[in-house]
Amino acid sequence: MQKPGVRMKIGLFIPCYIDAFYPNAGIATLELLEKLGQDVEYPTEQTCCGQPMANSGCNRDAASAEALFVKLFAKYDAIVMPSGSCTHHVRDNFDAIPQTDEVRHVRENTFELVEFLHDVLKVDNFPWAEFPHKVGLHNSCGTLRALRTASMSELGEPFFSKPMDLLSKVKGISFAHPKRPDECCGFGGTFSVTEEAVSAKMGVDKVTDHHKAGAEYIVSADTSCMMHQQGCAERAGVPIRFIHIAEILNGARE
Amino acid sequence: MKVKPVNHALAAEKFIEDVAHETFHDERLWDLRQKRDEQMHILPEWQELRTRASQIKEHTLANLPEYLEQFEANAKKNGIHVHWAADGAEHNRIVGEILEKHGVKSLIKSKSMVTEECQMREYLEPRGITVTETDLGERIQQLDNQMPSHIVVPAVHKLIPDVAKIFAEHYHTDPNDNSAQSLAWQQRLAARPVILSGDAGMTGGNFVVAETGSFVVCTNEGNADLSATVPKLHIATIGIERLVPRMADMGVFIRLLSRSALGSPITQYTTHFRGPQKGSEMHVVLVDNGRSHRLGMQDFWTSLKCIRCGACMNTCPVYRRSGGLSYGAVYSGPIGAIIDPTFNERKYSTLPFASTMNGSCTNVCPVKINIHEQLYKWRRVLAEHHELPFVKREIMHMAGKLMGQPKLYRAAINGTEVALSTMPRFVLYNWLNPWGKHRELPHPVKTTFNSWYKKNRLNKQKEGEKA
Repeated sequence: MQKPGVRMKIGLFIPCYIDAFYPNAGIATLELLEKLGQDVEYPTEQTCCGQPMANSGCNRDAASAEALFVKLFAKYDAIVMPSGSCTHHVRDNFDAIPQTDEVRHVRENTFELVEFLHDVLKVDNFPWAEFPHKVGLHNSCGTLRALRTASMSELGEPFFSKPMDLLSKVKGISFAHPKRPDECCGFGGTFSVTEEAVSAKMGVDKVTDHHKAGAEYIVSADTSCMMHQQGCAERAGVPIRFIHIAEILNGARE
Repeated sequence: MKVKPVNHALAAEKFIEDVAHETFHDERLWDLRQKRDEQMHILPEWQELRTRASQIKEHTLANLPEYLEQFEANAKKNGIHVHWAADGAEHNRIVGEILEKHGVKSLIKSKSMVTEECQMREYLEPRGITVTETDLGERIQQLDNQMPSHIVVPAVHKLIPDVAKIFAEHYHTDPNDNSAQSLAWQQRLAARPVILSGDAGMTGGNFVVAETGSFVVCTNEGNADLSATVPKLHIATIGIERLVPRMADMGVFIRLLSRSALGSPITQYTTHFRGPQKGSEMHVVLVDNGRSHRLGMQDFWTSLKCIRCGACMNTCPVYRRSGGLSYGAVYSGPIGAIIDPTFNERKYSTLPFASTMNGSCTNVCPVKINIHEQLYKWRRVLAEHHELPFVKREIMHMAGKLMGQPKLYRAAINGTEVALSTMPRFVLYNWLNPWGKHRELPHPVKTTFNSWYKKNRLNKQKEGEKA
């Protein structure tokens, strides 16, 4: 369990695609934080962090989303979200609006779920969690190369993986080892439609790599990558399932 | 007439349809990436070397005029003729005049990206000068009338049968020759007489050393050395960003270059040219062609640190699956996508979007160019300069407005929720249609997280308060 005494007022941000398509990942995130004794609120007026507009170059169009985000989340000690790419946007690129103290507070205290569990709460076990399956871990490029929650093969640095550390505390779980663990899956936001062919090919290659390595599930801290990968796997007939890391840590059995 | 932006997505789609080529291309370049990793692991000081290389390049670029003049003075002392070309046209004119003065009819040359940039062959050939590429891959590309698809391995998108067909057409060899070795031998047989009888030789230059007035050419086939030393006239065409201050700096760059490019510790040939041979002439043409303009661009000037190793291409999952020609530019891949728009913003406006911004390129780059961050910044610049497709711009504008208004947003998402049992409404927009071409849509769900939360947390809280 988490170290005694760490209890924060947490604002929960649930990205749009989780809200609309993968509510279970959001529910698991909320329940998990509650199980860990945290005081969690989900401001129901939330919309988006601004990333889709900013990544498309239309940074000015991200301003109202960013302003609303700050308005809703400035009052919390920490803002936690089950998404690496949204966290990356808030922390590293959130500059469509003037950088006030409030904005800085929000940017400095926004955490992706895995890093929050690993670095802030320092959770050392999940007694309720058991997942008797072989999983392939997919680190999104945002978590891998921007948030740095795992070592990347490009740098030749000693191995570390915060998501793997957390998953290793789950009973019964085992890991598949794909050949290109760090390769991007090809989602890339609007890239997935503007560069459809390349995106889909990368997705098929990614799920095939995991499947060949013996993974029953692909697990990730980023649902957007998995939404794309699932679409590719289903169309190509690659039999593999997808689950958000929060669901496993919260005790999902399948 | 306004120039049309390169349609990278369409060209990439065609490349992917050819399964054999795409698979080979992806695996061959991934293999280079892995060999690069092996070399990196051998050197514990790898990251230190990258930092040092980046610092040397940034220092040099910050003091470029002084170092260029130092090089010119020292090169002249060594008996090298030094020329300055502001753009491609001036470069071609200078080279043309030197060749004309010497009555050159046959120019043999090794690979040089700068001459591709300047379209030098297209300039010289109508003037009666035969230009022969002596690098195997580059020669294949020349015979096939294509640009190089990769800056280090220019014909990597081709398979053996493609080469056999091209050689059969030009060298009258067996069109069914299926041996890489035998094809390489055919090229040798065809190239050697041309090299031995060439009137002038041309090379590029990987590095230019200011303190010694010399330049360094790194190759694996030895063709540059033949091109440079067999004829009595050697012209080297070099971009002004290739400078390093001291000979000692080569110790950093030579260790990084081939390891990053091909995963080999060093190129087969690393030749230092310090001056003409007895009875010969040596010319260096220093080419600007947009470089000093780029040097003034606050967010993009560090792209000039590039040492043209191609590591960013080899690691790029998009490049590996789309092939270099799909970029429609001299420079392809991640480095191309940040350099090309400086040549023509509209034509290459699509290239910074031909990326998932995964960041692998930045982390393999031996001189630490923040490539993926520059891609991100280019997108902003292109949007501000109205170089985005109208539909995309409008969608982002509408989305941006919607995201600032919680009630409207919720209504839109709930509209989605209502329609989920058939198909989410927003994915029906034409612009988003391509999603479904090779992918299934997300599965419909009964409730959004937002509704679930209101029902299971907020309502319960209220019930609790009442009780």
